[in-house]
Amino acid sequence: MIVRIMGEGQVKLDDSHFAELNKLDDELLSEMEKGDEEGFRRTLTALLNAVRTMGTTLPDDALEPSELILPAPEASLEEVREMLTDDGLIPN
Amino acid sequence: MSGVMKRMGMIFRAKANKALDRAEDPRETLDYSYQKQLELLQKVRRGVADVATSRKRLELQMSQLQGQSTKLEEQGKKALALGREDLAREALSRRAALQQQVTDLETQHQTLQGEEEKLTLASQRLQAKVDAFRTKKETIKATYTAAQAQTRIGEAFSGISEEMGDVGMAIQRAEDKTAQLQARSGAIDELLASGALDDPSGMAKDDITAELDRLSGGTDVELELQRMKAELAGGTDSGGQQAIEGGSGTGQAQEQQQSQDTPKFEK
Repeated sequence: MIVRIMGEGQVKLDDSHFAELNKLDDELLSEMEKGDEEGFRRTLTALLNAVRTMGTTLPDDALEPSELILPAPEASLEEVREMLTDDGLIPN
Repeated sequence: MSGVMKRMGMIFRAKANKALDRAEDPRETLDYSYQKQLELLQKVRRGVADVATSRKRLELQMSQLQGQSTKLEEQGKKALALGREDLAREALSRRAALQQQVTDLETQHQTLQGEEEKLTLASQRLQAKVDAFRTKKETIKATYTAAQAQTRIGEAFSGISEEMGDVGMAIQRAEDKTAQLQARSGAIDELLASGALDDPSGMAKDDITAELDRLSGGTDVELELQRMKAELAGGTDSGGQQAIEGGSGTGQAQEQQQSQDTPKFEK
């Protein structure tokens, strides 16, 4: 599966890693919903690091659609929350 | 996977699809436009064929009238040679009426020929335009397909905000092209409307009928009679010969008449 880290690029991941990543991802979501800024930052960093280490970075000229998308490392909780609301990701 | 990754991906795709759906597919518009142009071209071609048919019909009518006219002239000569001036007068007056018809038909024929040439030219020009459009259409379709594919995988190029810019631009481009094409097909419509595309065959036929109805009697019958008399008086030797020729010529004239009638059944 291809995962994009916004602002960084794409990573190709083996499907076997997803169970592990899923845990971090769910954790990130709940922290975001709770408004736990500190936890969110920590989990996001862990998740991004996991994706980077487990996967292989795709070359810049590769043309593959991403199936999953991750916020940029420096994205704040508020930014991610906005992106996940209807108008946040792509402003009209 | 129901976390942030999945949700962000889903939201992105939903947005991208929505943006794409908002633009109608220009490839369909292009194909429709091309189809429409082909139909128009077909109409022009039919117009050319109609005019050509009318022209041929006129030619046939003219040659028939000419044949009858010749026959009447011979009959007039023969009648005069036999001393039947009244008969000769009658034949010549009929012939004058026929000549008038032939003259009218000739005018019609010229008009039709001009119309035919104009239409043929218009048809050729249109054909060239439609051909050019087809090439252009395929190019644009290919471009659009590529743009669409690029849009779908656009997020592979760069960050998401930039990608959405790509989507917007692709749509804008597609819309611009469609508008351009619509304008072009509108121009062709205009060309057809102005290009003498009324059905000339129907009109021409009506005119001919009208002209045929409006036969005018011969005014120069007397003149013809004088000419013939002078011809006969010119030499008594040849006058006898002419009479003989005239006598044997009757069969010939009938034959001629038959051969001229035949094409009538050929349409």
